[in-house]
Amino acid sequence: MADVNRGNRPLSPHLQIYRLPLTGKLSILHRITGVGMTLGAIMVVWRLIAGAISPEASAVADAWLTSWLGNLIWLGCLWALMYHACNGIRHLIWDVGHGFDLEVTEKANYAVLGGSVVLTLLTLLAVR
Amino acid sequence: MVQLTLPRNSTIRTGKTWPKPEGATNLRTFRIYRWNPDDGENPRVDTYFVDLDRCGPMVLDALIMIKNEVDPTLTFRRSCREGICGSCAMNIDGANRLACIFGMDEVKGEVRIYPLPHMPVVKDLVPDLTHFYAQHASIKPWLETRTNTPLKEWRQSEGDREKLDGLYECVMCACCSTACPSYWWNGDRYLGPAALLHAYRWIIDSRDEATGERLDDLHDPFKLYRCHTIMNCTKTCPKGLNPAKAIAEIKKLMVERAL
Repeated sequence: MADVNRGNRPLSPHLQIYRLPLTGKLSILHRITGVGMTLGAIMVVWRLIAGAISPEASAVADAWLTSWLGNLIWLGCLWALMYHACNGIRHLIWDVGHGFDLEVTEKANYAVLGGSVVLTLLTLLAVR
Repeated sequence: MVQLTLPRNSTIRTGKTWPKPEGATNLRTFRIYRWNPDDGENPRVDTYFVDLDRCGPMVLDALIMIKNEVDPTLTFRRSCREGICGSCAMNIDGANRLACIFGMDEVKGEVRIYPLPHMPVVKDLVPDLTHFYAQHASIKPWLETRTNTPLKEWRQSEGDREKLDGLYECVMCACCSTACPSYWWNGDRYLGPAALLHAYRWIIDSRDEATGERLDDLHDPFKLYRCHTIMNCTKTCPKGLNPAKAIAEIKKLMVERAL
């Protein structure tokens, strides 16, 4: 690409000043939930490994994983999973070339957010 | 790469407040990004006041009035004043717009104006678009043909011509590309929504005979596939076009020809 001498030119502000539309915010949230669920995966693996080691190790893991902090992280991961799944479906629809009109993306924003909350609540009810 | 903060030479200081016009009762406050390449200082944001009773309705009208009557050193690009040249693209009230067709009444409170985001600044509101234009040139924005040139024009059916609607209207103002976080972080290699919209415009032109080569050229993890459908491009386009959809259509063509 063109090789220009930019000297000491400053970089214009970006994140600092851009008012990100909701669709843009949800896009970042998709990335964050995708990475964030790793935490839940680590917790599942911890529980499995502890179970394979000894009853004492299981007891320690259970104590942590069922504490209020553990439950909070489980809840967060559950919602992250549901959000990531709902938004993933939206990405599939985008990938076949639909849903690009701004009125549709606005509605889909709320559908994805609402869907993730409803699915989280349904799962909580189902596992009680 | 992703760098969330501004480099040291780019952080913004508080600038000066310019005097209010005398006798004016209907004032509007403008906060405008300034950077002078000659004084070696960091960018700053200056405050200006515009008498709305004597000013046209568009943001560009206010900028021209400031330059004429308050501060002749304020620097910005403008030409057609009717949204067809794309020169006056800038970040107004947190989104990229053409100052000439964006009304002051669409902003609540102070009008904040910055250059297009994440670009090297030449002066004040003037960004360096060299790389942006080079990317546009790289997609060969012209008709590529192999068959002998016809005696008259290259014929096209009305239906095939209609496929270019919503694409040919792009004025290359760079609002979309500089609104795209992917372009912010990977603009050196990702072509960005504007260049990709133009690429699609030539890919689906029924008269073009280099469709395969055009797709080959875009088959690249960075040039095309840094688009993650964030949709900022479509949201901000001052011409109401849909670059995100054009990019999705290119991705679809990539899959279709591989099947």
